[in-house]
Amino acid sequence: MITLQGISKSFRVAKRSAGMRQAMKALFVREHAIVDALRDISFTIKEGEIVGYIGPNGAGKSTTIKVMSGIMVPDRGSCSIMGYTPWQERRAYVGNIGVVFGQRSQLWWDVPVIDSFELLRDIYKIPHRSYAGNLDLLTETLGLGSLLQTPVRQLSLGQRMRCEIAASLLHGPKILFLDEPTIGLDAISKIAVRQFIKTINKEKGVTVILTTHDMSDIEALADRILMIGNGTLLYDGNLDELRGRFGTHRTVTVDYRANATPLDIPGASLLSWSPERAVLSVDTEQVLMALVIARLSEQVELVDVAIETKPVDELIVELYKEHRI
Amino acid sequence: MRLYMHYLAIQFKSQMQYRTSFWLLTVGQFFIPFSVFAGLYFMFERFGQVQGWSFYEVALCFAVIHLAFSFSECFSRGFDAFSTLVGSGDFDRLLVRPRTTALQVLGSKFEFTRFGRLLQSCLVLAVALIHLPVAWTAAKAVTMLLMVTSGVMIFTGIFMLAATLCFWTIEGLEIANIFTDGGREMAQYPLNIYQKWVTVFFTFIIPFGCVNYLPMLYILGRADGNGILYMLTPLAGFAFMLPCVLVWQFGVRHYRSTGS
Repeated sequence: MITLQGISKSFRVAKRSAGMRQAMKALFVREHAIVDALRDISFTIKEGEIVGYIGPNGAGKSTTIKVMSGIMVPDRGSCSIMGYTPWQERRAYVGNIGVVFGQRSQLWWDVPVIDSFELLRDIYKIPHRSYAGNLDLLTETLGLGSLLQTPVRQLSLGQRMRCEIAASLLHGPKILFLDEPTIGLDAISKIAVRQFIKTINKEKGVTVILTTHDMSDIEALADRILMIGNGTLLYDGNLDELRGRFGTHRTVTVDYRANATPLDIPGASLLSWSPERAVLSVDTEQVLMALVIARLSEQVELVDVAIETKPVDELIVELYKEHRI
Repeated sequence: MRLYMHYLAIQFKSQMQYRTSFWLLTVGQFFIPFSVFAGLYFMFERFGQVQGWSFYEVALCFAVIHLAFSFSECFSRGFDAFSTLVGSGDFDRLLVRPRTTALQVLGSKFEFTRFGRLLQSCLVLAVALIHLPVAWTAAKAVTMLLMVTSGVMIFTGIFMLAATLCFWTIEGLEIANIFTDGGREMAQYPLNIYQKWVTVFFTFIIPFGCVNYLPMLYILGRADGNGILYMLTPLAGFAFMLPCVLVWQFGVRHYRSTGS
């Protein structure tokens, strides 16, 4: 559905240096630096996938989204999305996609949400019947009911984000680009937004590409991760693979009825111990978890067991480290 | 067009959210050109006429250009205020919608407070028309209409050029004001009172002269030679629009390849 082939893009950025003399000089002669925002990016995304697009700030995420949504023309490379080249047939193409920029609103600030929706209906030339159908569905699944009559400026961030997402889906796009959709949201709104993204992906088969810094978004949603750093694609795979690569260690915390003898579990190292609680580190490549649990229950009366994987955040940091970005 | 009306409606609704501010600005906009017009009146009081032009003839000139200016400021405000749209990055949003950028920019902002100015210009126009001994014909009425629309085209064209400049630099707007405000001030008098080069510039480069001065000669029956030619001079305003649109499109292409 989406194919990028060797996409590259560089910008000329004016150098600004400190000092009065330099500033005077810059009035007449500007020195420029060339920044490679994207270098030879290639990937394919199939219909119905949810792809998490991650990378540190300034890595090129937004630039890629801009290229894919037809806003920006790359220097080199080809891109085919649903048979269109986004930047060549912009107007024909963009009717098939929805874009949410988490930091910017697409709703009209001073009027009720429904007015914005109706204007969008005219902008996208949505037939009345499918507009009504989509609106009903979105109102129901996103719980917009009472919000529709409220002016946008009176909405909370979480409410607004739900409306933003609804606004970009009114025309029934096949692909949804989400640029940091959960930024600044509280826990409840975050979960609602994630839930909804899953729903439209499952039920309407919408392909979703989302950029985020919140790894729990990725954990909850993405089947697949694309990681970019310094304009280069560094990782393309699913989260489990990434876990397998870096995180075969699990932390096991066990609570048990008071026991004076320290635990002795082959293949696991004891991180801390007290008569009621112990924390173990287990390398799942060395020893089966089932075996560890079995040994544990032989030695103590287990009350509770908690097994923790290394948080995704840390995996990502390790990945960044590996690529020195 | 339907979409344009929809944009108009939603922007009107937005501005009505701030009613006090709306009324104050509207009243203000009524009085700004009014003071200029008062100046005009006192000048004629003192001198009687300027290079053979009577007060009411100049008033007609004045009314047409101000009418065109207020319409443009009201309905093409999107281009006039384009720097904010680029600066905030909201222009990207327009690019992901399946409509032309020009239409969407037009729809992004309307300045309804300019109705104050509009009303004032209409009053001046009425006063001028009542006192001028013009034998009205259908052709003359059409010319009148053409004059105002042509003026709107020119102002909008200049706004577009200024907006295009924003793709390169955010602070380039003052230059455009020389042509919009400056052009408006110049063109409120009949062009032949100026130096030759001024007349040439405002006839062939930025054709403000074709908006009021030349077709007015036809309306007043002062035109020598072919009247039709004078009547059709306002079409120059439409011609002026064409390169402006092309320059705009060039700017959008530049923006999309540099993303500045």
